[in-house]
Amino acid sequence: MDHGEKRLMDKNQESLFVRLIPFFERYGILLLILIMIAVLHLLQPDVFLSWRNVTNIFKQVSWQSMLALGVFMVIVTAGIDLSVGSIIMLSLMGLAIASKAGMPWYVVMLVAPAIGFLCGMFNGIGITLLRMPHPFIMTLGTLYIFRGIGNLISGGVPITGFAEQIRVIGNGKIKLDAFFGEGAREYIPTSLILMIVIFFIFWVFLNHTRIGKWIYAIGGNPGAARAAGINVDRILIVVYTLCGFLAGIGGLILAGRTNSAYPNAGLQSELDAIAAVIIGGASFFGGRGTVLGVFAGVMIMGILRNGLNLMNVSVFWQQVLIGSIIILAVYIDVLRRQLATRT
Amino acid sequence: MSDNLVLEAKSVSKFFGTITALQNVDLNLNKGEVLGVVGDNGAGKSTLMKVLSGLYKPSEGSLFFDKEKVTLNSPRDSQNLGLEMVYQDLALAGNLPIGDNIFLGREPTRKLGPFNFLDHKKRKQLTEEHLAKLKINVKSADQKVEELSGGQRQAVAIARATAFNAKIVLMDEPTAALAVKEVGKVLDLILNLKKLGVSVIVISHRMDDIFTVCDRVMALFQGTNFAESELKNTSRDEVIGWIMGKKD
Repeated sequence: MDHGEKRLMDKNQESLFVRLIPFFERYGILLLILIMIAVLHLLQPDVFLSWRNVTNIFKQVSWQSMLALGVFMVIVTAGIDLSVGSIIMLSLMGLAIASKAGMPWYVVMLVAPAIGFLCGMFNGIGITLLRMPHPFIMTLGTLYIFRGIGNLISGGVPITGFAEQIRVIGNGKIKLDAFFGEGAREYIPTSLILMIVIFFIFWVFLNHTRIGKWIYAIGGNPGAARAAGINVDRILIVVYTLCGFLAGIGGLILAGRTNSAYPNAGLQSELDAIAAVIIGGASFFGGRGTVLGVFAGVMIMGILRNGLNLMNVSVFWQQVLIGSIIILAVYIDVLRRQLATRT
Repeated sequence: MSDNLVLEAKSVSKFFGTITALQNVDLNLNKGEVLGVVGDNGAGKSTLMKVLSGLYKPSEGSLFFDKEKVTLNSPRDSQNLGLEMVYQDLALAGNLPIGDNIFLGREPTRKLGPFNFLDHKKRKQLTEEHLAKLKINVKSADQKVEELSGGQRQAVAIARATAFNAKIVLMDEPTAALAVKEVGKVLDLILNLKKLGVSVIVISHRMDDIFTVCDRVMALFQGTNFAESELKNTSRDEVIGWIMGKKD
């Protein structure tokens, strides 16, 4: 083999490697989930993949995933929303008060998403019209305000006991008697179906509508979006409003799951949401990330917590581990980008 | 002036707080004409272009499109009148593919029930047709803009500006960031537009650009009209003198 031929082969090998990068970019994270599942299955063969445990994971992530999805859209615009944990608590309290006031269940059900919607719109209007230097500041402020209001209207005490129709959303079971025979214990959680439907709707929204495209464009270059005649402020208000709305739906699911509204609901869950989005491959600087990635990020957080709980790993070690995974996930992304620009 | 006037600015001023960026500036442009605008940094060239494209509102003065007085509230207003701007910072979203950038804000859609969804197939097809018409070579219309060379990005920016049959195209330093071999291609593109009857305003520091493509050249100095001439009646040295504020 002469020198030229060898160089040609090197080039071919490199281009094969480079061609594999987008494949890993798209599916690498799903691969990671499969590996996690395999490892946990080997470590906990009887428990981890049991129907009960898997549905438990889904029920746990269903309300968290709503926060992550909303925060994801905000992060795509190169923004941040720190207030979603407080929005979930305020919408939960509003729902509980409406329920205690004896309103019919279908009104109670609308209260949480409506409160979330309004909170999100408040964020969006503050960020755009008040010309806050960064969404961090506005949503840091509302993080305190929304939770404060939630405690003011509830008196800072838990409120329990909701209508059956509310509880179904977070805790309902779709029986699978048709597949597993009469009286089978296997079921699909209602909240899983709700989560899949909402993720699908937002996938369509972000990938197949003009506003979805503009959200990515704003994250990539807000100046370009403005020059293209896009009303950037209006789109940002839409994004923050939808983020709040999703947090409100998260509140509704949480209400159904716990059958109570409590002052510490959603505490620090905004950080879990941000972590899931970052682990899912979205860029903190905007313009990059996929809905599927968010789903994967949420699942990784959920599976990890669940697996560590099953193995009786202390909560303190869980914190250390999740923190390390965030840093590792972003570092892998940095390495990947270095490889991609080298060619 | 001739009957071919497509764009006119009359005594336009623009103030940013206490700073005067433009003071009583006039500009006119004929159909199929390439006008060069020169001036030192801070002379007000970019501000003038942003006023013409509707990104800035003039503090004083008025604009006329096809001899009709207009008020521009956003770049979309000037786009609707057939004016497109190619920005110095290119105004492209690097995270989006070429086709998405060309059609940003004007995406082809198709109706499905009450909803409008993006027509990805049509966008791709229109992109490929348009790139072929302008003889712009890229690997694929789906390539992300951040993966392109400076010249290719400039070509995409010009393709974006001309995708909707623009009558007037404004270009801010179209060759400033380009490798030498890419400059010629961009200048060819400009002459190609002229042949198609498009009027072009080119801001440039490079005398080679001005003297290759322009019919007329005007100079701004410290936010005011300084000098103007048909290209055939002036010389490089004279134009360079204007930029530095010297007139014989």
